[in-house]
Amino acid sequence: MNNQVTIRNAILSDINAVIELDLVGTPEEKLAYWQGIFDRYVTTGKDGVFFLVAEINGEVIGFAIGEVRAWEFGSPPCGWVFSLSVSPKTRERGVGRLMFKEMCQRLKNAGVSTVRTMVDRENKLTLSFFRSQGLRTGRYIELEKQIGDMEATS
Amino acid sequence: MKLQKASLFGLYAVLELARDTERQLSATDIAESYGISTHHLAKVLRTLVRSGLVQAVRGAGGGYRFTGIVNRTTLLDIIELFETLESDLDTPSPNAQSGGAIVEELQSITREIDDLTKAVLDTITLETALNSSQLRDTLSGQ
Repeated sequence: MNNQVTIRNAILSDINAVIELDLVGTPEEKLAYWQGIFDRYVTTGKDGVFFLVAEINGEVIGFAIGEVRAWEFGSPPCGWVFSLSVSPKTRERGVGRLMFKEMCQRLKNAGVSTVRTMVDRENKLTLSFFRSQGLRTGRYIELEKQIGDMEATS
Repeated sequence: MKLQKASLFGLYAVLELARDTERQLSATDIAESYGISTHHLAKVLRTLVRSGLVQAVRGAGGGYRFTGIVNRTTLLDIIELFETLESDLDTPSPNAQSGGAIVEELQSITREIDDLTKAVLDTITLETALNSSQLRDTLSGQ
């Protein structure tokens, strides 16, 4: 049996495998979200947009999505990786590293020299992964405010 | 952030030993590499041995070797053996009631900074730090 990991562009029929690999939320909640993502990143095939999947023996075991974004928050064009997931049963085999490397190469070919992502600070596993790939705290600081109770806030 | 000397020496020792887990080094070997006090480092190494991250090998040719897991141990794991990373903000005296809200606000700000500091140190494993330092060596032609 060949256990070689291959990275390829996602196709529409990958949607169920991707939903399965997305560990956040329930499948019911995620269907509409992922249909929208596939429409935008797979069907339309815009420049500077990359939806990759990793597979072993034809089974999808990971995915990564990234794109070039320009002038958001005053930033010159840069690459954003906004989703990356690997099946727990194939972790520690370099799948995430391979996908991230391929994503960086695609983003570089698209003309950007910086890649960014955003991770919950409690998500040690993902933060440690991105740090192991050389990412550091960037120059932009994410700020937020609870606005559920506007009366209590100034 | 100002790390205590013990934390810094602990990081030096663990990173140096974790570079090659087969290798044994004496306290003097490590202290000389980093230009630090052997006496102080020996105390730090005792703490590291108690934590189980480092083993002391007795006898001729003995020394210390790393016995932890390089891709699971973070910089914060080492630092917290020696100190808690909490900003030192003197609380007001019980009589200073009127300044309470400002003190609370300053405490909240220092907690925000502490949380960020910990989030950074808790996600850099020894392996990641060693890989990055190796890359620095390569780039600087050493």
